[in-house]
Amino acid sequence: MTLDPAGAWQAVLGSPLLGLALTLAAYELGRALSRRTGGHPLATPVLVAVVVTVATLLLLDVPYADYLEGAQVVSLLLGPATVALAVPLHRELPRVRAAALPLLAGLVAGSLAAATTGIVLTRVLGGSEELVRSMAPKAATTPVAIALAETVGGVPALAAVLAILTGIVGAMAGPSLLTLLRVHDERVRGFAIGVASHGIGTARALQESATVGAFSGLGMALNALTTALALPLLALTPLLG
Amino acid sequence: MDRAPVLRGLLVLCACQLVGELVVRTLGLPVPGPVAGMLVLLVLLSARRSERPSSAEVVADRLLPHLQLLFVPAGTGLVQYLSLLGSSALPVVAGVVGAWTVGLLATAFVTGGLLRRGRRA
Repeated sequence: MTLDPAGAWQAVLGSPLLGLALTLAAYELGRALSRRTGGHPLATPVLVAVVVTVATLLLLDVPYADYLEGAQVVSLLLGPATVALAVPLHRELPRVRAAALPLLAGLVAGSLAAATTGIVLTRVLGGSEELVRSMAPKAATTPVAIALAETVGGVPALAAVLAILTGIVGAMAGPSLLTLLRVHDERVRGFAIGVASHGIGTARALQESATVGAFSGLGMALNALTTALALPLLALTPLLG
Repeated sequence: MDRAPVLRGLLVLCACQLVGELVVRTLGLPVPGPVAGMLVLLVLLSARRSERPSSAEVVADRLLPHLQLLFVPAGTGLVQYLSLLGSSALPVVAGVVGAWTVGLLATAFVTGGLLRRGRRA
C-alpha cells in the first residue's frame, strides 16, 4: 500500500460534494455569527456565507463552475422555496386585501424610483453604457433582471450580479434603515424590503416575523412584474433611449 | 395522518412551479416560473376547505427560515466578476446602494403614508 495524500487532496477538491459542504458550512458559520452578535447587520448569514465561500474558492483555486456542480442542489430548491412564499402570504391575505391601494401605489413609486436612480447615478459617476443598462432592472428578482437586461441592451450576467448585490444590501441594511426612519408598521417594512431587494431581502424579512416576510414576498413578486412592464417603457424615454 | 408530509409537500411545491413555468412559457408572460407558481399555490390554498395544515404549509414552515442559504451559490457567482466590480467600483456601489435606498424609501413613504391617511379618514 502506498500513501498518496496529494492525490487524495485532489480527489476531495474535485468532488462535487465539496461545493455542497462548503455552502452548508459557510451558512452555519453565518448563522452562528448572527446569533452571537444579536443579529448584527454585518453578520447577516447570506453575506457571511457568500464572503466565506468566495474567499475559500479563491484560496483553494477552485473554479466557480466546479463549486456549482455540488452547490447546484441548494440552488435548485430556490424555485420551490419561492413557491412556498405563498403560504405566509395566504395567512395574511385579508390584511393584503384591506391595504391593496396603498400597496399598489408604493409598488409603482418604489419600482420606478429604483430603476431611474440606478440609471442616473451610474451614468453620472462614469459607469459604462453596459453597466448603466445592466443596472436598470436590478431591483427585480434575479431571473427577471437577467431577461430584462437583454431587452434594454445590458449584459445578463452583470445584471444578475447587480441584482444579487442589491439583495445582499437589502438583507443587511433594510431592517435597520427602516427602524432608523421609524417605520414600524410590519406591512410597510416587509413590502418595502421586498420591492427594493427581492428574494434575498425577503429571506431576511422572514427572520423578523411571518407578517414582515409575507408582505416582503408579495413586494418581490409584484415588483418582478412591475419592472418587467415598466422597463420597456423606460427604454423609450431619454433615460435609456 | 400522512407520515411523510414533508416529501409530499415538496412534491406540491415542485408541481406548482412546473405548472407556473408551463403557464408563463405558453402565454409569454414576463415573470419567472417560480413567481407564477407562487400564485398557483396561493389559489390552491385559498380553495382549500380542510382545517388541517396542508403538506405544502408543513414544508414551507421548515424551508423558509433557511431561505438565505438557498441564495449562497448564486451569490458566490460574484467571484467571477471581482475584477470588473473592482475596476468600476464607484458607479457599481453607488448605483446599487443609491437605487436600493431610494426604492426602499419611496415604497415605505408612499405605502406608509397612504395607510396612515386611510386610518384617519
